[in-house]
Amino acid sequence: MRVLVVEDDAVLLNGLQVGLGLAGFTVDAVSTCADASAALRISAFDAVVLDLMLPDGSGLGVLDELRGRQVGTPVLLLTARDSVPDRIAGLDAGADDYLGKPFDLNEVAARLRALTRRGNGGTSACRIWRDLRLDPATMAVSKSGEAVRLSRREFSILHALMDRPGQILSKSQLEDRLYGWQEDIESNTIEVHIHNLRQKLGPGVIETVRGVGYKLAEATA
Amino acid sequence: MTSIRSRLFLILMITTGVVWMSAIAWIYLSTRAEVERVLDARLIEAARMVSSLITSQEIDPMRAAQIPAIEPTMHASYDRQLSCQIWALDGTLVGRSDAAPATPLSDAKDGFSETLIDGETWRVYAVVNADLGMRVLVGDNMRVRDRLVADVIRGLALPALLILPILAGLIWLSVRKGLGPLNKMAHALETRPASDLSALPDVDTPSEIKPVIRSLNGLFGRVHAARERERDFTAFAAHELRTPVAGLKTQAQVALGSDDPDIRRNALRQIVVGVDRTSRLMRQLTDLTNAERGEADADGRRVNLGKLVGQLVDDIRQHYSDAVPIEIDAKLNDIYLQLDASLFMLAVRNLMENAVLHSRNDGVVRCGVRIDGDAVAVTIEDNGPGIPEDELPKVCERFYRGRNKTAMGSGLGLAIAELAAKRLGGNVSLGNRSEGGLRAELQFSKAMLSRAPRADPDRAENRAISCS
Repeated sequence: MRVLVVEDDAVLLNGLQVGLGLAGFTVDAVSTCADASAALRISAFDAVVLDLMLPDGSGLGVLDELRGRQVGTPVLLLTARDSVPDRIAGLDAGADDYLGKPFDLNEVAARLRALTRRGNGGTSACRIWRDLRLDPATMAVSKSGEAVRLSRREFSILHALMDRPGQILSKSQLEDRLYGWQEDIESNTIEVHIHNLRQKLGPGVIETVRGVGYKLAEATA
Repeated sequence: MTSIRSRLFLILMITTGVVWMSAIAWIYLSTRAEVERVLDARLIEAARMVSSLITSQEIDPMRAAQIPAIEPTMHASYDRQLSCQIWALDGTLVGRSDAAPATPLSDAKDGFSETLIDGETWRVYAVVNADLGMRVLVGDNMRVRDRLVADVIRGLALPALLILPILAGLIWLSVRKGLGPLNKMAHALETRPASDLSALPDVDTPSEIKPVIRSLNGLFGRVHAARERERDFTAFAAHELRTPVAGLKTQAQVALGSDDPDIRRNALRQIVVGVDRTSRLMRQLTDLTNAERGEADADGRRVNLGKLVGQLVDDIRQHYSDAVPIEIDAKLNDIYLQLDASLFMLAVRNLMENAVLHSRNDGVVRCGVRIDGDAVAVTIEDNGPGIPEDELPKVCERFYRGRNKTAMGSGLGLAIAELAAKRLGGNVSLGNRSEGGLRAELQFSKAMLSRAPRADPDRAENRAISCS
């Protein structure tokens, strides 16, 4: 899952970036309203963590602009101002959730998962496809009840595919979800990860659509 | 005596008493003088009357002496006031009036005299009738005179003694009534809760209490403003501390949650940065409070700018080990200002820290002085990124951190510098340099400039440590 974190405090921004990365998110970090708006115009994110007090304006401005463009990306407001009127103003401006500082890193991750799950119309925290079961919270995957050990990247690819079964995801879409801007992408990494996934999960799970991308396999029966 | 009521009561009672007593004393003296004058005149008149009666032979003194005394019907207090004796010049008593003693009332030849007879003082007037060889003495018993005066005084003092308690009661009530507004105010103040800092009502108050109410209301206003400021400040400070604390917690959780030594090391490094920043923030909060609350030393001592700036630079070097070089213009050593040194240091320190924090690694911070027109200014220049023009009006606001902020920045430095400058009677001016970087000026009026004394023992030393 690719998340944009907008926060002007360098230590906190770094903490969120590394911490959410450890929790399985791909994190892009910016520290001003202008950078946040630009990032949101260029790339698609699964969720946004937004601070309200930014050096060049209020995070609510970024939110307004986002909602003005009819983009429904879930937004989690993260702010030191967490009185009830502040919360109401934030939620009414189009935020999906609100968390006051200081917060628990794990709670931020959990709320982000909940937000994206709701955004995808899902009710269960776990993604289930045939005999595959993927739990985003614990980053655990099991096939027919047996645990399968996946790397962080492999997990992210499977997660993306299982989020929208039947939908084809292009290589660049997968790369977007896998890597922040700061990370270098090797040209064949997606292929390597898909290869590894197929080895771990067995054949008949991930299907290559030649020239387009990848999707979960159609029912063969 | 602490009670105004008892004090007023006592004062009023004593003054009233004194007035009464002096009135009585005065009346006593004047009555006495008047009585003496009138009675003396009567004595003269009576003596002459008797003398003339004898002369015209209407009374035969020999016979008159034989007339038995008429027993007085009553011993009214003023009966038998006068006594008369007629003596022959050879010393035989020719005649005397009823109550007159047998001994001569006076030995005096003529006019007034006083004689003590049987323990009683007599005032006597003597007339010598040389034709008949007789001497007429008319005397007045002094005791009677004294009683007359005493009766007059008693007549005055008795009602006074009766009236005095009533007067005391009336004075007590009046004092109480008169002090009513004070009591009302005391009650209003007593019953008001500590949080109520609203003004006391100032309508229908006596003019004597008005100044008190007005100054109390002024005090309330100032306390209220100070409390508001403190409340705002506390809220703001608490709010500002939340972000660095959130950063610390997040980094701590990252360090706890990762097995990767690189990630842990990075998180711990970030925690150190965060703690440094938070402690600087707290120091600045204290500075801000001090600059705001502390009373500026109004007349200020004469301080040498070069010396103060030199101390500051040493201190900053200790705190920021990787600080860029700081150059101090030697001209600063010749500048003396009349101001509060600690506020000046506070302002310059924050401007200089700002310059150091924003400088590029290969940069240099220059501290100089500019004197022109009416102003004398300490200038601090860096070659960092400067401040975007649109942010210039806002950077001195508290907790405002612009786009070119540093990791250590709290958004308080310029606010503190400006506040301290204002307290000193100067101001802070910021501008971007055309060659890049920021130029901050701490400007003062030239009136604060103090002439350097001709022989300053400090001066040689200043020269020695300058330009480090």
